[in-house]
Amino acid sequence: MTLTRWQRPQLWDAARHLSSLREEIDRLFESPFSLFENGSQPFSGGWVPAIDLYEDKDNVFVRAEVPGMKNDEIDISLHEGVLTLSGERKLEKEYDKAESHRVERFVGRFQRSITLPHPVDATKVRATYKDGILAVTLPKTEEAKPKQISVSAE
Amino acid sequence: MNAVANRNERKDRNVEPVEEQVWFSPEVNIFETPEGYMLEGEMPGVTRDGLEITLEGNTLTIVGHRDEADFGANPVYRESRAGSFRRVFELDPAIDTSKINAKVGQGVLKLHLPKAEKVKPRKIQVTD
Repeated sequence: MTLTRWQRPQLWDAARHLSSLREEIDRLFESPFSLFENGSQPFSGGWVPAIDLYEDKDNVFVRAEVPGMKNDEIDISLHEGVLTLSGERKLEKEYDKAESHRVERFVGRFQRSITLPHPVDATKVRATYKDGILAVTLPKTEEAKPKQISVSAE
Repeated sequence: MNAVANRNERKDRNVEPVEEQVWFSPEVNIFETPEGYMLEGEMPGVTRDGLEITLEGNTLTIVGHRDEADFGANPVYRESRAGSFRRVFELDPAIDTSKINAKVGQGVLKLHLPKAEKVKPRKIQVTD
């Protein structure tokens, strides 16, 4: 058995943090825009999940990347044609006493609002949450659906 | 460094060339307890079938493939990016690689990396 000299823990921690800082800087140089990836906005200091909006002739679809949530932690509201998605993610308690080497995932609240391009029927909105993706389906109102107008022959 | 360290791939040019594909680096949390490490990675849209974890020596590669959602609708506004996730880590040699366990749920990968019995802190009984 070899005996290693006891090191002051603060120094060791400082060295470790320094080395992870260096890695971060390396990463920054290699992919300078990686900070802006995943829809995260590092300088805003919050969690800004990426949102997509799709439509077909009957529905408007909104998808948001919000991994690691529970169904009851997600709130969806619709008011005057604006869809608001919000929620809060907490750090898991089991790691309270663990030493963290990397903390890149956001903890806390997010809120995103998106103005819908068409009027929708609020009573028929459906939402599912699967594989960390929230998918909201909003059926267009009858008036908002495209209509075919036939040209009649004189 | 005695940890699960991130590896910058572009530095070592001798790594296998990654085919022409767009890869995104997932955000991870790494925690250490006396028993081992827990690595959590954000991979929205990745299912169990899309997950590929490989270990070569002490190099752990995590790949999360995801299929483009195609439900016949037209994209109007898009912030999410098409592509799969990939990230490489250098493991602490104290990890018992035969006991690594991976789970994925709601787009979060949870990788448990237990330390080998011999490196876990132990209390030594003093006998008379």
